[in-house]
Amino acid sequence: MSQKTSWHLNHYLANLVAMSSHIIEVKNLVKKFDDFTAVDHVSFSVEKGEIFGFLGPNGAGKTTTIKMLTTLLKPSGGQITLNGFDPAQHPNQVRKSFGIVFQDPSLDDELTAVENLEFHGVLYHVPRALRKQKIEELLNLVELWDRRNDFVKTFSGGMKRRLEIARGLLHEPTILFLDEPTLGLDPQTRNHMWNYVKKLNQNVGVTVFFTTHYMEEADKAADRIAIVDNGKIAAQDSPENLKKATGSTTLEEAFLSLTGSDIREESANKMDNMRQGRALWGGGKR
Amino acid sequence: MGVIYIMWLRQLKRYTRSKARIFGSLGQPLLYLVALGFGFGPIYQHAGKGNYMNFLSPGVIAMTILFTAIFSGIEIIWDRKFGFLKETLVAPVSRFQLMIGRTLGGATVATLQGLLVFLIVLAFGLRPAHWSSLPYALLFMFLIAIFFTAMGTAIASVVEDMQGFPIIMNFIVMPIFFLSGALFPLDSVPRGLQITAIFNPLAYGVDGLRGAISGMSHFGMAVDFVALSLFTLLFLGIGTYLFSKIEI
Repeated sequence: MSQKTSWHLNHYLANLVAMSSHIIEVKNLVKKFDDFTAVDHVSFSVEKGEIFGFLGPNGAGKTTTIKMLTTLLKPSGGQITLNGFDPAQHPNQVRKSFGIVFQDPSLDDELTAVENLEFHGVLYHVPRALRKQKIEELLNLVELWDRRNDFVKTFSGGMKRRLEIARGLLHEPTILFLDEPTLGLDPQTRNHMWNYVKKLNQNVGVTVFFTTHYMEEADKAADRIAIVDNGKIAAQDSPENLKKATGSTTLEEAFLSLTGSDIREESANKMDNMRQGRALWGGGKR
Repeated sequence: MGVIYIMWLRQLKRYTRSKARIFGSLGQPLLYLVALGFGFGPIYQHAGKGNYMNFLSPGVIAMTILFTAIFSGIEIIWDRKFGFLKETLVAPVSRFQLMIGRTLGGATVATLQGLLVFLIVLAFGLRPAHWSSLPYALLFMFLIAIFFTAMGTAIASVVEDMQGFPIIMNFIVMPIFFLSGALFPLDSVPRGLQITAIFNPLAYGVDGLRGAISGMSHFGMAVDFVALSLFTLLFLGIGTYLFSKIEI
């Protein structure tokens, strides 16, 4: 059996495990930092093939939840099952199951677009021949094939985002996490990006889990939405039902009526300091 | 294997692409060779110790490797800042492989930089005592490089931003360099300095390198090799442990 076939077979088997319709199942998830509870007994589930929006004000615990789902943080309590595996018990199985586009850029600016993808492919053990083929396919999909040998530092914010999406899909994940993927992008690029994501969702059947602050975006893209506030789930339903339940005409109104209109104080955490730091160092312009 | 290789390759690509860094970091060793080598050379000769350039050159090579390697390790802080670290941490590979690949890459880069300085000191008049022992020189250069890349990784795993950088330089890197016997012979210094050197990994690195290049050694090359190897293993362990504890 060739390496490529066996890789596909492994993939197929992993998908079989996850045949039960809930691809992400979260029960009573808790994360505490010292005496601060960032995520407070959160439960939700995401169906296979669904586009799931995870919305909430700043500091609601969205990114913390994503970090726990993606093995970057250990939960303080509760259960997570992702593609049939528990991130705390089987981190590598879980890691193979998802691709992620982080809130902040995570490309190596000193490498070219192709090199960034090559690097990713090797880390995810995608066999060489398949890697080559997928890289070409994905770079064409995100319309960066012509720029494949250019350094990422010469890319605009939108191009970097597209490259990150391509990278997140390279190892054929069953779930794609998008943490505020359209932050700071112009409307054209945002539209484009969502079109890709929807196309992928329909053609490949990849499950999409995303966060955003743009409500109209969530309204258009998501099959179902969970709204979190202060580390708790405030509501969980389809955009239509959320609007109906709150008697609102837009999702934004529904969101505000569920989470209140007070502005949230979020203490600057490490990441925010780093974002400022990045501006100081004049690095990744976005 | 693929993971270690690609981590190694990334470090190498980043190095060969930043010409400014390669040539920029030759400035410091050049300054040391000119100012100290030519400045103290005559006095050293008068004191009956022989050719100072032969004594100083291994020290300057070691210094170059020390700085390049520490920076390579500390680059993790930048990877964390610019997000690339996350990309490697969510990949289905062990942190150990990531750390080893990165360390070998950083060490290779530092050794290459050391070799560049070796060529320069040849131009400055260094005459190796035995050309045949140059492979040992290469071995010591690589060991110094691995040790300090691992040390940089360990530091970068606990220090989260560049604010701590002056502390690292002034209280760790500089003392290690100046107290290592890179610039003066350890044979005739006060007892206190000699004892300090016993606990300084770079002292063995410099001494071994000097044994291989200039044919003079304070501890003996075998002791140098064993001591430096043990220090290196210890710090690879510490670096791996701390790297595995990084939370983003």
